[in-house]
Amino acid sequence: MIRFENVGLRYGLGPEVLRDLTFRVDSHSFQFLTGPSGAGKTSLLRMLFLSLKQTRGLISMFDHDTATLTKDGRATLRGRIGIVFQDFRLLDHLTTYENVALPLRVVGKEEASYRAEVVELLQWVGLGERMDALPPVLSGGEKQRAAIARAVIARPHLLLADEPTGNVDPNLGQRLLRLFIELNKSGTSVVIATHDIALMDEYDARRLVLHEGRLHVYD
Amino acid sequence: MSTIEPLEEVTEPWDGRGAAAERVYAQRPLGPIVPSGSIAGRSLTAVVAIMTFLAALTMGAVMMVVDAASDWQSDVSREITIQVRPVNGRDIEADVRATIDIARGTAGIADVRAYTKEESAQLIEPWLGSGLTLGELPIPRMIVVKLVSGAAPDFAALRRTLAAQVPSASLDDHRGWIDRMRTMAETAVAVGIAILALVIAVTVMSVTFATRGAMAANRPIVEVLHYIGATDSFVAGQFQRHFLILGFKGGAIGGGVAIALFAVLGAVNAWLSGTASSDEAAALFGSFSIGIAGYVAIVVLVVLMAVVTAFASRRTVNQTLEAID
Repeated sequence: MIRFENVGLRYGLGPEVLRDLTFRVDSHSFQFLTGPSGAGKTSLLRMLFLSLKQTRGLISMFDHDTATLTKDGRATLRGRIGIVFQDFRLLDHLTTYENVALPLRVVGKEEASYRAEVVELLQWVGLGERMDALPPVLSGGEKQRAAIARAVIARPHLLLADEPTGNVDPNLGQRLLRLFIELNKSGTSVVIATHDIALMDEYDARRLVLHEGRLHVYD
Repeated sequence: MSTIEPLEEVTEPWDGRGAAAERVYAQRPLGPIVPSGSIAGRSLTAVVAIMTFLAALTMGAVMMVVDAASDWQSDVSREITIQVRPVNGRDIEADVRATIDIARGTAGIADVRAYTKEESAQLIEPWLGSGLTLGELPIPRMIVVKLVSGAAPDFAALRRTLAAQVPSASLDDHRGWIDRMRTMAETAVAVGIAILALVIAVTVMSVTFATRGAMAANRPIVEVLHYIGATDSFVAGQFQRHFLILGFKGGAIGGGVAIALFAVLGAVNAWLSGTASSDEAAALFGSFSIGIAGYVAIVVLVVLMAVVTAFASRRTVNQTLEAID
């Protein structure tokens, strides 16, 4: 589904922060992306959701060479990827329901065609009673779940999560992990960037470990 | 590997059909993707309103100057004068009558009127005092010839006829005055148009900067829309529509106040007409009315402001999207 071959990344004229990355993310797979702070996890995630271009090497996503994609082509591929940001990035002027429905709204779908699905997903992640709440009044855990719901509502082929348990207590972290596992079982490939060793110990999954700009894969 | 507690809130797997869910959530209007009523948005509306008002005032003033300049020229060019000088051996009264007849016989002449002796005495009274007997002084007689509106009489032929039949008559077609008046009017119009161009340029620039300022607050929204798969044209379209409305609202407020002001000034001017100060002001500046063309121009200005605001927002969104990528 996703293939990196000898991918390197540098910012400006600086040294390469990521070197010779060669790995695959297969359909229905589940992996943790880990490494010490500053190892380049967020940069790699940004390349995975097409917000950063590699400076060398090949990135193939859904059988497309990302270097040759047009802007609209990149937007289309981004629609097949769900992303959960570390800082949630919910829009404060929209309700939880409207935030979660946003990926469907931006591709021009009528609200009547997705309303039931959004409501059901919100109930599934435990936000059934908070649909009309604005993000500023949600707790950290509720925001995290709303962000996850927004990332999966369009049924992406790939779900990327950047430190999804970074802002929540261990108990909620476990419950969020459970949510990702359920999504993976329903067919979505999952990449969770984290440096939370305890979280990774909760679930036996492939690990992509970044260290000094290089990637080590532990299947 | 430890066991994981199930999510307490999950009652059944998410199957995406949501048959039961729909019953508990009634349809309601979706909130706008770009928030309305933000502080930055209100500031932008105020900037657009003020700049549109100032630009409309300038435009109205320039249009009044153009109208007044055109009136001055046409008033002067609708008249010519013929002067009959007293010459020894010639009967000036007979010369005046002959001149009137020749003038009346010329095509394009609407009215010919000779100043009477008394009127001529009044003309020179400020310089020579009252009580003069005109016959004692060799005072020339003035004949005012009004032209038919739009007609162009053959002054050269008239001048030749007068020279042949009334040698003491000389024709003044006011060309010297008209040329000076034209130069003055053209200068006034050019200065007015230059000021208007500057005001419109400043308006466009300040609206553009204010729009960029308002857009800066919306950058997180642009980023989120981009990351969840919205195309650039969708994102730009959302902001363009929102800012078009903001710009139109601001422009309508500024333009509306300007239109109301001109209407009130026109009404006050009409109410005061006939008084000495009003007549002098009217002679100098023309009427305080900008006419239908002026009101149409203000409406065009309002639309221009809305378009500039929308265009500036689209440009800023595109620049933001370029920066994100």
